[in-house]
Amino acid sequence: MNLDDALKTFVIESRELLEQMEDALLHIEQAPDDPDTINAIFRAAHTIKGSAGLFGLDHIVRFTHAAESVLDRVRAGEVAVDGDLAALFLQVCDLLNTLIDGVSEGAEPDADTEAQAQRLIGQLNVYTQGEAGIPDHTAPAPAEARRDGPEPTLAEADHWHLSLRFGSDVFRNGMDPLSFIRYLNRLGRIAHIVTLTDALPVAAEMDPETCYLGFEIGFESGATKAEIESVFEFVAEDSVLHILPPRSKISDYIELIRSLPEQEMQLGEILVRCGTLTDKELQAGLDRQAHGDRHPPPPIGEVLIEQTVVHPPVVEAALEKQQKVKEQKRQEASFIRVDAQKLDKLINLVGELIISSAATNLIAERVNMDGLSEATSTMTRLVEEVRDSVLSLRMVQIGATFGRFQRVVHDVSKELGKDIRLEISGEETELDKTVVEKIGDPLTHLVRNSMDHGIEPADIRLARGKPAYGTLQLNAYHDAGNIVIEVSDDGGGLNRDKILAKALERGLIETNQVLSDREIYALIFEPGFSTADQVSNLSGRGVGMDVVRRNIQSLRGTVDVDSEPGVGTTIRIRLPLTLAIIDGFMVGVAGSSYVLPLDTVVECIELTASDRAMAGDGTYLNLRGEVLPYLRLRDFFDVHHSDIQRENVVVVQYAGRKAGLVVDDLLGEFQTVIKPLGKVFSLIKGIGGFTILGNGEVALILDVARLMQQVTSREDGRDAVRH
Amino acid sequence: MAKKTRSEPHRVAVEGEVTIYRAAELKQHLLGELAAHPELEFDLSLVQEIDGSGLQLLILLKQEAARLKRSVKFCGHSQAVLDVLDLCDLGGYFGDPVVIPSPNSAR
Repeated sequence: MNLDDALKTFVIESRELLEQMEDALLHIEQAPDDPDTINAIFRAAHTIKGSAGLFGLDHIVRFTHAAESVLDRVRAGEVAVDGDLAALFLQVCDLLNTLIDGVSEGAEPDADTEAQAQRLIGQLNVYTQGEAGIPDHTAPAPAEARRDGPEPTLAEADHWHLSLRFGSDVFRNGMDPLSFIRYLNRLGRIAHIVTLTDALPVAAEMDPETCYLGFEIGFESGATKAEIESVFEFVAEDSVLHILPPRSKISDYIELIRSLPEQEMQLGEILVRCGTLTDKELQAGLDRQAHGDRHPPPPIGEVLIEQTVVHPPVVEAALEKQQKVKEQKRQEASFIRVDAQKLDKLINLVGELIISSAATNLIAERVNMDGLSEATSTMTRLVEEVRDSVLSLRMVQIGATFGRFQRVVHDVSKELGKDIRLEISGEETELDKTVVEKIGDPLTHLVRNSMDHGIEPADIRLARGKPAYGTLQLNAYHDAGNIVIEVSDDGGGLNRDKILAKALERGLIETNQVLSDREIYALIFEPGFSTADQVSNLSGRGVGMDVVRRNIQSLRGTVDVDSEPGVGTTIRIRLPLTLAIIDGFMVGVAGSSYVLPLDTVVECIELTASDRAMAGDGTYLNLRGEVLPYLRLRDFFDVHHSDIQRENVVVVQYAGRKAGLVVDDLLGEFQTVIKPLGKVFSLIKGIGGFTILGNGEVALILDVARLMQQVTSREDGRDAVRH
Repeated sequence: MAKKTRSEPHRVAVEGEVTIYRAAELKQHLLGELAAHPELEFDLSLVQEIDGSGLQLLILLKQEAARLKRSVKFCGHSQAVLDVLDLCDLGGYFGDPVVIPSPNSAR
């Protein structure tokens, strides 16, 4: 890969723009007339085209141009946005993404992509060619009109026609009309130009500092109207500019001729000379005007209005441009792009800093020097703050990830022929960027799965008394140092019996095995499990729920299912907020230190002799009248130590459940830099990583989720027995 | 602004910048020449720069000559003048023979 920085920036920016464009496209179906949304789409296409042009990426320019032309007409209100157009543009968006990917890999687009681009350009052109037909419904379809020929309604010339009458003060304002015309050459090619000198008075009356010049220009260019207008931005105010796009209605040209001060016939000839109109077209147009059929000659007032109408788009374009520059400046001021690797390095360094400051603390305590312990406590506080702000640098809101699912839901519901709406909440919930990146795929699978298998077809829904459209919810919130992401649907719920039957068939469980509902639902995450009666396009994508669970577990997260028949299913993903540094709570078991994530700790109590006596099988205790299952870590890790006087219970909470962990000593809070365990240890249950203590010793980090599973599976088993 | 008389048309050389900065002065000067001589030839070989106002003046001279039924010709077009005439496609309007310099020659 050999990309210079500018091209990289182009790729990043284009992707962002495409994201915005997609958002706007999905939004536009709900609000088809919102000018802001249309402008957003247009701007995205426009900017991508402009930048692609800078890099000489002609295939992107060509493709974007076709899209932009349609958007231009949408903006002008000549084409209405409907579902088809939005769908077409979503495809455009996708293809652009493919093209941009190609750019970032330094590859030329392959034949497939090219073919698709051609196809889409063809589809887009349908919208740009409908030019005459739309405003005037009585007129024959433009294509026919052009073929039949006797009375053409569209000019055949495929160039712009520019009609320029410069304001008299142009020279005095320090501008030269010729330089604007020279500049036009940068946007395209001037095919024909006619200089108009009619305004020039006799010598005695002529003021040499007044501009009398006018031009009629036939201009070949792929630029947009706004781009051409922007050339004349500085003179637009006191000049008269008419810009007619290629293949405008002939009546537009005729109107132009009428609205200009020069003689009609002369102007008509000029247009013919510019190659803008053919003789025939001109004649036909003028005749029709004269006969007054369908187009009565406009009264002078209308012509004047027409002339003033020319200005607003120019002014608007200028304003928009200014606004954009301002917005960009503001954004540049508040954001900087940083290489993710630099950030990772910083986090690593902060990790080391935390460890070494713990060591300093330890020494300070030992030395017991007044000034020193004060200084180290201040330092500890600062290090903590540094840690928090460094970690927050990596935090991003999950909203952007959720937002992508608008598209997924939109596409999949079309594919499935179901009407499904997506509701998003908690999008401001923040989590680590690496987690966000990795959660996309599993989440996509869950969403697709819910739509495919969860939500019933409309007729069944109606029969069940639910609204015909299904609702899919994405929700996120923080809970005890974790982020919880929920994917819920209001579909039929999981079929407990069907899952059981399937699991038996697959040999995943034994016939006499007794399972709780929760365990049965969890079976859907086993490899090779699918309860769909018919395998659809979606479920055959090669990623099963088992892969989803594996992906989530690799992020130190868990996934579980809640389901109620006929009401819906909720799949809950819990992930640690960050993968690097946590606030820990250190405990001692049999002389070794262990660290629990502080966020999971609810309280610490003493395990009294009476508790020990009361809990017959040594697994429950009475927490203020509440039954609390507990796990003795010494037993769990099978470590033994000379007998202990006291035992403590750390009450931890995870996924809405509480459990007690019995430890020997409570050693207090400890900032923990998580170091991953090597592969060798990957099979050890209940350990999530390790960390280095200030004194150089190693402490193991407890994986509360796994420990909890250990406790609750025991409990669920008991529940099931009781059933 | 040098002036030299030859046998037939009166020849006036226009030099330097024919732009808005000198438009008023040039108009007076050139129209003065037009009034004084029934046959005129303007030598444009030393025009270094010409803008829209200069072009406008040349057009005015041509127009005025036609009105007064006098003959005005332009000759020795400098590159700057040629560029502008080309840009505005006015070569035909003036109808003067133009020597197109080969890219290698100095002028």
